[in-house]
Amino acid sequence: MKCRTCRGPAIIELPRHNANFCAEHFLQLCRRQVEKAIHDHDMIQKSDRVLVAVSGGKDSLAVWDMLIELGYQADGLYIALGIGEYSEESREYTERFAAERNLKLTVVSLRDDYGYDIPTATKVTGRVPCSACGMSKRHLFDKAAVDGGYDVVVTGHNLDDEAAVLFGNALRWDVEYLARQLPVLPSRHGFPKKVKPLIRLTEREMAAWCVIRGIDYIVEECPMAEGNRHIGYKEALNVLEEKSPGTKASYYLGFLDRMAPVLAPIAATGADSVTPCVQCGAPTGGEEGSVCAFCRLVERSAAHEPVSVELVRKKSRSQKRVQAGAAKK
Amino acid sequence: MKVLLRNPRREIEIEGRRRVHALLAELGLPRESHLVIRNGTLIPGDEELDKDDVIEIRPVISGGF
Repeated sequence: MKCRTCRGPAIIELPRHNANFCAEHFLQLCRRQVEKAIHDHDMIQKSDRVLVAVSGGKDSLAVWDMLIELGYQADGLYIALGIGEYSEESREYTERFAAERNLKLTVVSLRDDYGYDIPTATKVTGRVPCSACGMSKRHLFDKAAVDGGYDVVVTGHNLDDEAAVLFGNALRWDVEYLARQLPVLPSRHGFPKKVKPLIRLTEREMAAWCVIRGIDYIVEECPMAEGNRHIGYKEALNVLEEKSPGTKASYYLGFLDRMAPVLAPIAATGADSVTPCVQCGAPTGGEEGSVCAFCRLVERSAAHEPVSVELVRKKSRSQKRVQAGAAKK
Repeated sequence: MKVLLRNPRREIEIEGRRRVHALLAELGLPRESHLVIRNGTLIPGDEELDKDDVIEIRPVISGGF
């Protein structure tokens, strides 16, 4: 197997490009895809102060690594979610990555700074763990970006993430979510600009980037995300991708090219009714004088005694068994 | 050969030589969601694995939003 560019020995095959690459030319391909995404969607300027949302996983560490390589001024923000050993380990990977490269990393701890963690919030809300987790992270990334004077927040969402979310939104025909599923969310109403430079790269390519670049990351899956719907969508799309390479890219990038412009008028509506939260001042979609969802979550979760990851996972597994049993009947 | 699998982390022993894509197919692991690593280096699908090799098959799907 030979590299398409130099004809040297290849280390990875990329069926969607109908090509194989050596390490050097694979990295070059990834850099070009990120530069193209940044350029085509006007994501980041070289003078911008960038805040990267890092989790210790492959995507966020890879995008941070790439942005630094490409000459951007990028700091990191890690949120300690309190998901047992998983969180401890992911924090170690993130701190090591930043220390080895002399990068600035800020750590916010849900337990130390806000008095709760994700397992406890999951128990309190009775919703899926990713719901409390996603909401907490979005709020704290926004806050850190605004407080720190950053121009843009970067997340490590890749092509697989975006294609899976698009698939889920399309299965439900959730037109408002479809209209807003864009790689750039402009800064408005007190929310910072948010961008996704990895939308042209798959998660297999991001994991390969990390292996080649010698980046250690947390390989184990988040114990609370185990078996969630999002993973199911990714697996379904990968079945199609194996049969027809390039499916994920044409599905998501085709959506951006041809469907997002059609939905643009919907994306523009309903985004103007934003008021500041009376407790923290963050922008919220509620009526005048209301408290934002994050402050409500903190209030309820911090008042509850800490709940272990194992307890929440056990409950979630038994709920799934009951639901599966009910579905069979 | 020794094969390290993840999620959960475990090790299995496979008898005889194989190409990488044949091993993945045998284990029912899709190529699109796995990488195969030997001595810290990626190895492509057509590479022949030796009976004395120690390899890691690393899943790449993550579930966060």
